[in-house]
Amino acid sequence: MYKIIKAEFIAPNVKSFILEAPHIAKKRQAGQFIILRVHDKGERIPITIADSNAKEGWINIIVQGLGKTSAHLNTLETGDHLQDLVGPLGLPTHIENWGTLVCMSGGVGTAEALPIAAAGKAAGNRVISIIGARNKELIIAQERMSEVVDEVRISTDDGSAGRHGLVTDVLQDLMDEGIIPDMIVAIGPLPMMAAVSNQTKALGIPTMVSLNAIMVDGTGMCGACRATVGGKTVFVCVDGPEFDGHQVDFKELGSRQKMYKQQEEESHKCFLERQMKKMKAEQMKEELVS
Amino acid sequence: MKHERPQSFNTVPMKERLTIPRQAMPEQDATVRSTNFLEVNLGLTPEQAVIEAQRCIECKNPTCMEGCPVSIKIPDFIQLICNQDFIGAAQKIKEDNSLPAICGRVCPQETQCEEVCVMGRRFEPVAIGRLERFVADYAMQHGNGSLESFEKPASTGQKVAIVGSGPAGLAVASDLIKEGHEVTVFEALHEFGGVLVYGIPEFRLPKEILRQEVATLEAKGVKFVKNFIVGRTMTIQELMAEEGFDAVFLGLGAGLPRFMNIPGENLNGVYSANEFLTRSNLMRGYDFPEWDTPLYRAKHAIIVGGGNTAMDAVRTAKRLGADEATIVYRRSEEEMPARNEEIHHAKEEGVKFMNLVNPIEFISNEQGSVVAAKCLRMELGEPDDSGRRRPIPMEGSEFIMDVDMVVIAVGNGSNPLIAQTTPEIQTNKWGNIVADEDGRTSMEGVFAGGDIVSGGATVILAMGAGRKSAIAMNEYLKTKVRNSA
Ligand SMILES: Cc1cc2nc3c(=O)[nH]c(=O)nc-3n(C[C@H](O)[C@H](O)[C@H](O)COP(=O)(O)OP(=O)(O)OC[C@H]3O[C@@H](n4cnc5c(N)ncnc54)[C@H](O)[C@@H]3O)c2cc1C
Ligand SMILES: Cc1cc2nc3c(=O)[nH]c(=O)nc-3n(C[C@H](O)[C@H](O)[C@H](O)COP(=O)(O)OP(=O)(O)OC[C@H]3O[C@@H](n4cnc5c(N)ncnc54)[C@H](O)[C@@H]3O)c2cc1C
Ligand code: SF4
Ligand code: SF4
Ligand code: FES
Repeated sequence: MYKIIKAEFIAPNVKSFILEAPHIAKKRQAGQFIILRVHDKGERIPITIADSNAKEGWINIIVQGLGKTSAHLNTLETGDHLQDLVGPLGLPTHIENWGTLVCMSGGVGTAEALPIAAAGKAAGNRVISIIGARNKELIIAQERMSEVVDEVRISTDDGSAGRHGLVTDVLQDLMDEGIIPDMIVAIGPLPMMAAVSNQTKALGIPTMVSLNAIMVDGTGMCGACRATVGGKTVFVCVDGPEFDGHQVDFKELGSRQKMYKQQEEESHKCFLERQMKKMKAEQMKEELVS
Repeated sequence: MKHERPQSFNTVPMKERLTIPRQAMPEQDATVRSTNFLEVNLGLTPEQAVIEAQRCIECKNPTCMEGCPVSIKIPDFIQLICNQDFIGAAQKIKEDNSLPAICGRVCPQETQCEEVCVMGRRFEPVAIGRLERFVADYAMQHGNGSLESFEKPASTGQKVAIVGSGPAGLAVASDLIKEGHEVTVFEALHEFGGVLVYGIPEFRLPKEILRQEVATLEAKGVKFVKNFIVGRTMTIQELMAEEGFDAVFLGLGAGLPRFMNIPGENLNGVYSANEFLTRSNLMRGYDFPEWDTPLYRAKHAIIVGGGNTAMDAVRTAKRLGADEATIVYRRSEEEMPARNEEIHHAKEEGVKFMNLVNPIEFISNEQGSVVAAKCLRMELGEPDDSGRRRPIPMEGSEFIMDVDMVVIAVGNGSNPLIAQTTPEIQTNKWGNIVADEDGRTSMEGVFAGGDIVSGGATVILAMGAGRKSAIAMNEYLKTKVRNSA
């Protein structure tokens, strides 16, 4: 069992966990992830390592409650335990001093962009972060990001914070101001990464994306995570997770991500019903006691 | 092979032995079992086991032993069965094979021990595998023979790391703990057993057997560490230099699924056998949503391939409720590498066989899910380097069949992780680790065996390789002490 040293919500439905994991903390590099299981009948899900401390032996993950497993995970509290935790997985991000690095992130992707932005800064880049979210509430890790990069810009779909619009609009603003990125890293929902890749391909700016394929083992054994990049099949868990955004077949990956949509919904519903029952039972208990 | 004749306990006269029929394996009825994941074979009864044992004619030259890759003293344990000493028989087997309950179930006996059984020349061979399974199960149920006879050896103070908990790794652990070394098994997944837990289905090899074997090794002092990927969580160099391991065994298996490189292979509903079986076995997808991992339940599934893996996948698809589950194999049934018993069982369960056919493309609907397979018919030409006749596509034979799931079971390559992170370890052009007869690799103190060296093979060959390595590792550790003294 793997101990949760600290768990706290940092945005609606988004929780940050500090996990006890001395081996992983010692080894991990920017861009790598872990696979965890919440309980003994649980599925294995991949989550990026957002931060770590080798001396204190912990890693930090930031999780958005999407379906059954991530929602269940987000009910866990400080002092609880995970059933399984393995890593670090995937290849570390290739970092060099490109000049100006722009990290574009959407939603919980900002957590995944954090370590890359930090590593980019440490390598001597000028780093600009563009954070996008549907609304103000859903922006995460803005403060932590400001601590590591030169500048943070925000966009929201509804205009409740930063620029009204999408991250691609902010990139256009940058270009209009004469700031031409030498390298772009885009991490977030697939449509966002596809849109950014599309935009930067036309602009001729190299772009790295972090693919969130569905995974099982995470060690290259099963091929669940395969994607097409540059016309070739890759296994995201061992050949990635980062790839040249201009080469990725986003359409295929998009439909592969929906492979179990129906079953996942069924499973999530069961979970929510069980949660409701539990809550009702607790309520009844409280009423009886008082 | 020289072999002292065991004491005979067989009271049946020689001539009569030839007339005893080979005892049939009691099994779940085919119509019932094709809807559940419980074990198909139920095991011989004690009475049956004794009768079967009495069929052995106690050969002066027991060729059966030569057919067994680890040379189990087959006539000896069979005589103990004749004497109804089932625990003694199990212990006799355990002298050479630490996992008899597993091998008795999954060995391809018809090409190993039973193929060369003298009885088999004129009659049916003695059912060695079934007897092996019987006594192993009996011993497990009636006090664990191997644990009771285990005496904790004096500690050598030397540490051995075993990477991978498949049959190769478990065999090394079992042998080296007896020598007094401190043994730790590191496993990447969250359960121990390698292919035995993630690949071979419950209906052929109940996971409980594996859990018991691991528990026995643990009771003997072997440490098991799960969720630990050597090469990622820690490298081999770090294990040796920082964690103080004196020797390392690599039993990594052949865990890299091969695909066919044809159009449509990344469509939804197209699986590698590894993924399909892992979701079903390791993750218990067949119990979704009670267990969290989802799995396709197809109406018309095809499984491409003709090995054990293909048979396991097709029978799993059937059990998940497929109306039609079909093996699509590019050669004829004669060339199929699967165990006879699996082919036979699959047929009984209603699996269809489409031989001399090969898919060339998978076709999708608008959602990106597979809905059809384009195939070619094949004919057999001259033998290729595997000695089997080469399949050649027949011109103009193209046809399309409706399918809603495809499982590709055309073999496995080796996982490149260790080679990538440990350049000192030499690999060949197929990515297999290069090791000598005794498992020595090109890196000092590091040994390897099983599928990662041989390419995909069998459980008993992996165990045999593990045992050879264990002997060499023990020697290596001894000289290490001498040299440092
Ligand atoms: C390398 C990698 C790193 C990741 N890092 C993070 C992270 O830091 N924080 C975080 O919150 N999430 C991260 N994810 C995504 C996370 O793994 C998924 O959200 C999770 O598996 C969903 O499981 P579930 O059972 O909760 O939801 P499900 O019920 O399985 O899915 C809910 C919805 O999410 C989609 N989905 C399913 N699997 C994935 C997936 N692997 N990626 C994206 N969408 C998916 C489905 O289409 C479905 O619509 C990462 C994924 C990968 C591959
Ligand atoms: C579906 C299927 C059915 C089969 N049926 C039969 C049968 O009926 N009879 C038969 O004799 N043979 C059968 N085989 C073949 C047999 O299972 C294998 O030959 C045998 O399991 C090989 O044993 P191994 O110990 O070399 O490796 P494996 O059993 O593959 O075990 C290797 C283990 O190492 C772990 N590992 C890998 N890399 C690392 C790492 N870097 N760090 C930590 N751990 C790691 C893996 O997770 C795995 O658990 C079958 C194979 C399959 C796939
Ligand atoms: S281990 Fe396999 S080959 Fe050897 S005797 Fe047993 S069943 Fe036969
Ligand atoms: S070859 Fe067959 S008959 Fe002869 S000893 Fe072995 S099992 Fe018995
Ligand atoms: S998740 Fe299984 S190979 Fe990548």
